[in-house]
Amino acid sequence: MEPPVTAAPPSGGPGVLRRNAVALGFLLPAAIILSVMIVYPTIYTIIRSFYGKDAHEGFLPSGQFAGIDNYKSLFSTNILVTAIKNSAIWILVAPALVTSIGLVFAVLTERIRWAVAFKAIVFMPMAISLFATGVIWHLMYIKDPGQGAINAGVGAIESWWSPPGSLSNAAASTSGLTGSPQTGYVLHKSISSGGTALLGLTAIPPTDVPSSAKQAVVPAPKSGAITGVVWRDFKPGGGVPGKVEPQELGLPAVKVSLFDSSGKSVQTASTADDGTFTFDNVSGSGYKVGIAKSTFAAPFQGISWLGSKLITPSIILAYIWVWAGFAMVVIGAGLAAISREVLEAARTDGASEWQVFRRITVPMLAPVLSVVFITMLINVLKVFDIVISIAPGSTQSDAAVIAVQMWRQSFGGVNDFGLGSAIAVFLFILVIPVLLLNVRRFRREV
Amino acid sequence: MATIEAEAAPIIVKDPSERVSAKLVRAFAKTPLHLFLAFIALLWLMPTLGLFLTSLLSPTDFTQFGWWKVISKPHLATWSNYANVWNGTDIPTSLRITAEIAIGGTALPIIVAALAGYAFAWVEFPGRDWLFVFVIALLVVPLQMALIPVFHLYNVAHLYDTILGLILFHTAFGLPFAIFLLRNFFIGIPKDILESARIDGASEIRIFLKLILPLGLPAIASLAIFQFLWTWNDLLVALVMARNTTPITVDIFSQLRQFGSNIDIIAPASFLSMIVPLGVFFAFQRYFVQGLLAGSVK
Repeated sequence: MEPPVTAAPPSGGPGVLRRNAVALGFLLPAAIILSVMIVYPTIYTIIRSFYGKDAHEGFLPSGQFAGIDNYKSLFSTNILVTAIKNSAIWILVAPALVTSIGLVFAVLTERIRWAVAFKAIVFMPMAISLFATGVIWHLMYIKDPGQGAINAGVGAIESWWSPPGSLSNAAASTSGLTGSPQTGYVLHKSISSGGTALLGLTAIPPTDVPSSAKQAVVPAPKSGAITGVVWRDFKPGGGVPGKVEPQELGLPAVKVSLFDSSGKSVQTASTADDGTFTFDNVSGSGYKVGIAKSTFAAPFQGISWLGSKLITPSIILAYIWVWAGFAMVVIGAGLAAISREVLEAARTDGASEWQVFRRITVPMLAPVLSVVFITMLINVLKVFDIVISIAPGSTQSDAAVIAVQMWRQSFGGVNDFGLGSAIAVFLFILVIPVLLLNVRRFRREV
Repeated sequence: MATIEAEAAPIIVKDPSERVSAKLVRAFAKTPLHLFLAFIALLWLMPTLGLFLTSLLSPTDFTQFGWWKVISKPHLATWSNYANVWNGTDIPTSLRITAEIAIGGTALPIIVAALAGYAFAWVEFPGRDWLFVFVIALLVVPLQMALIPVFHLYNVAHLYDTILGLILFHTAFGLPFAIFLLRNFFIGIPKDILESARIDGASEIRIFLKLILPLGLPAIASLAIFQFLWTWNDLLVALVMARNTTPITVDIFSQLRQFGSNIDIIAPASFLSMIVPLGVFFAFQRYFVQGLLAGSVK
């Protein structure tokens, strides 16, 4: 496989020596850079991890020898243990998710005409820095549903199930109206047919009053019916509570209920633009009028994705957004290499699509899947930028992973190079199995 | 747009007896799949779009509206944030520094790796395989292992806070992958071409320059794109090895402390930082995918 020795340059001289000199010349720049910038530093960091914070940094560290103290603190300091736990979550969750989502996308796009466009879209985040990705997702995760897109989406779905009330902050204007926003408000006084109910509410911010609202009106009593008004019992300067006054607006579209003497709801009505409502065909007495609690249901407040509980899953989600495209493209290439005949034969034999996927596609893709998985495994260990750019200051330490703490302990103000080195070595030890795997794979190929 | 498909399109042999109705049924059966994938594609686009639209909102509008309101109310959009960032901050300078680091950090490792890759592929010398295994081992060494000693080294050598220092660091950690990729590509070059050049008396340097480099261009292109994106997008190395000579990522990072209050700088600056890599990505997608498939593990 190599050029034979007899193919030595014809220029004469001892061919082997000359070739070695040529090799040396070609390799020298790489050898110097790799030795100075990777090999020597690796040795230095390993040794440095056994020295204390104030050791002398020379060609090799000297002075304050610390034994394995740095490693002890690595596994006993709270924030570092948190970082190790977080890294463990990352390792367990992220590579598997990225690989399986990539697999699903690759299989689904296989027979779609616009697969090229789809792949380009999903692949695009790969070009963006993980740091900018962090900024992007920080915006997506803003807690206020008015600003954070994800919470806006969750809120939209939630309001479908349980729509928020139009007057979530309202309170009764007089003690005649009893209850609370959680239970709804009921007018204490019983009303008979032909009577009028005045339901005054306050503590309603002007923005909550619909623009269609008109000056509140006390409706005229009507025989055989109960009428009433729901209004914003407040005007600039105060006004008299419980009395409908000029400049006080009716509250439109409020759901009011009529309860009979046993407390059962017998009718419901909705208020007009001037706040008035009418229950027709009412006879007798002992009725009570109330406003349903749904009117006061608080709107969706937003999930705190970046709070201490959800921060790591949130960041992992953003990470999947970046890397799913990588997995999809690599797995897609593997998929294209699978023989069509095998798949078609299985289909002809009556295998369902799921069986084909489960029994043929996945096993045949196993080598590609493992390459993607291992690549993601190494990548996940070194994850850094996306964590420090998504997590807000308050949850930085909840979100931190090993690589982040390596930087924080060494350069982020603490300046403990001993501990920082120990963290780096720990990281290095974690990738050694992959290192050996790579080497073995290459030795097999040669 | 360059295709992202690395595979040859599978040839599906259509049954000629297939009726139109059968085709229709099949198309309809696929509708949920199309809808699902369209939904996913939208989902994937949304975050980037969100950043872009946010960057168009004035700071006061940002506190009142979600970025999606710009779609229904286009009059909210303004380029003033970009004007402010361009004229009132150091972002243009750091973009220039970023470009210098990325260009240097791409060119240097490729030159050095091409030389080494050629030696590993086509020059026989004792211990060649062992040395190459060593390079493969270096492939996964986390750069965290080098931060502290190189930081000291740079202080002594006056490379701290210099563009050259950052370029050298990116070169070193780009090299193992670059050597690995180029060696594997060079070894696939037909042996006859090299042999006949050697017999004709061409020097190794001449063979390298006139034969290997031109033939290795596809691999070099893939590598260049990878390395360029990697150096352009770096945050960690610059955060440690520089204080004033900083690329755009570090510049924006220093603004992050007051997220929300200076979103009018962070959002446009982040988007500006993405334009070049996105352009490179869309222009050279094919090479990017090839590189991805060639060198699986980094």
